[in-house]
Amino acid sequence: MPHRLALAALALAALAAILTQMDWTWLPAYLPKIGHGLLVTLTLLGSSIAAGLALALPLGAVQVAGPAPLRWLAAGFCTVIRGTPLLLQLWLIYYGLGALFAQFPEIRGSWLWPYLRQAWPYGFLTLALSFAAYEGEVMRGAFAGVPRGELEAARAFGMSPPKVFRRVWLPRAMHRALPTLAGEIILQLKATPLVATITVTDLYAVITRVRQDTYLTYEPLLLLIAIYLCLSGTLTLLLRWMEGRVPSGR
Amino acid sequence: MFDAFDFSLLALTSPGWGGALLAGFLRSVELAAGGYLLGIVIGLLGATAKLYGGRVLRDIAELYTLLIRAVPELVLMLLFYYVGTDLLNKLMATLGREGIDIDGLSAGILVIGLVQGGYATEVIRGAIRAVPPGQIEAAQAFGMSPLKVLRRVTLPAMTPHALPGMANLWMIATKDTALLAVIGFSELTLVTKQAAAATREYFLFFAAAGLLYLALTLISNLGLRWLERRARRGLPAAA
Repeated sequence: MPHRLALAALALAALAAILTQMDWTWLPAYLPKIGHGLLVTLTLLGSSIAAGLALALPLGAVQVAGPAPLRWLAAGFCTVIRGTPLLLQLWLIYYGLGALFAQFPEIRGSWLWPYLRQAWPYGFLTLALSFAAYEGEVMRGAFAGVPRGELEAARAFGMSPPKVFRRVWLPRAMHRALPTLAGEIILQLKATPLVATITVTDLYAVITRVRQDTYLTYEPLLLLIAIYLCLSGTLTLLLRWMEGRVPSGR
Repeated sequence: MFDAFDFSLLALTSPGWGGALLAGFLRSVELAAGGYLLGIVIGLLGATAKLYGGRVLRDIAELYTLLIRAVPELVLMLLFYYVGTDLLNKLMATLGREGIDIDGLSAGILVIGLVQGGYATEVIRGAIRAVPPGQIEAAQAFGMSPLKVLRRVTLPAMTPHALPGMANLWMIATKDTALLAVIGFSELTLVTKQAAAATREYFLFFAAAGLLYLALTLISNLGLRWLERRARRGLPAAA
């Protein structure tokens, strides 16, 4: 493939130009901060996915098999979260809840206050709720898509309802949801830099700081894009490998 | 809980912020609509490049969609905003004109459109591939020019396949406009934040803005569902 070689040569030349022509003298000084920001980003990503997934299971199950009021509540939650911008939700929770909590002396005096004064709990909460809503919708489809015959067979074997859920319904639904889960996780990674707007010092915030300190427009931005490309690529490969290990749900 | 809110702050005239919110909302809708249309144009070009283009063109389109899908929208917007204004200013300078200030609306539309274009490329590419190749070959056999085949056969035949994905993209476009608040565009989210900070009524204003976004989403949903039904006339029911 000669054109690929030419493109690769072009890319290498561009990379060399970026490395030699641009100003990277700031990089060593900021490397520890960038590492810390990366850690914050990954921690927020992992924790919000875990919490969101835990919330998405009941959200999805209730919409398929729950009593009507709970069903409406879950459907309403998913609609509201999915219908409004994440940034708006983040600012509502950070500024709104933050201002509300500060009004109550009971909260200000409690052991929770040192945490509630920081920004990351609000970022985590918003990201987790958002992931729960999107993934809850996926889980709803996955729960509804499990063939009825399998559930009936499980019941015919005399399994109790919790056992049917644990042994048959949940694993089969997870199988069906797995391919979309990978996409949702990448989307969640791409949502994390929003927390920088509420003063959480994630990767994006560190790079913004560098840009303000050094007055450089492009170099930090290019590094940021390169890091996110690597993160997305690694995550995609990891998720594809996991998917390959699990037999397909279809 | 509700009597704690001072709803007069939402009044349309001066002491209230209702008018400013609605103006911001209108700006958001303009940005979303403009960016969405630009995204469709880029998507059509990208899909054509990926399906029918030469190897180099195909690789470039592939790189573009990879970049758009792997990097956060916020970062992309920042990049496109700076690169776009920079390039335009340099272009103007080489042409011997003075650097111009791009107005916010077109810069915002450009930024949203470039992001949307990456996703639209994939949606449209998939939709074109869903069109039975025999239909396109038949049109070519009748001696239609490539453009005519595109206009008369490929585009109309792929529309029903593209609509669900494109509907999804419209929802993303409306919500992506909020990200422009971070770069300083005065659309609904930024206006809301200013109003909330000025009055310290965070819940009231953010909830009001949320309702506006939600209304836009729900109404668009109705319209898009109607469009989808219309475009699928005569096709077998979706599996």
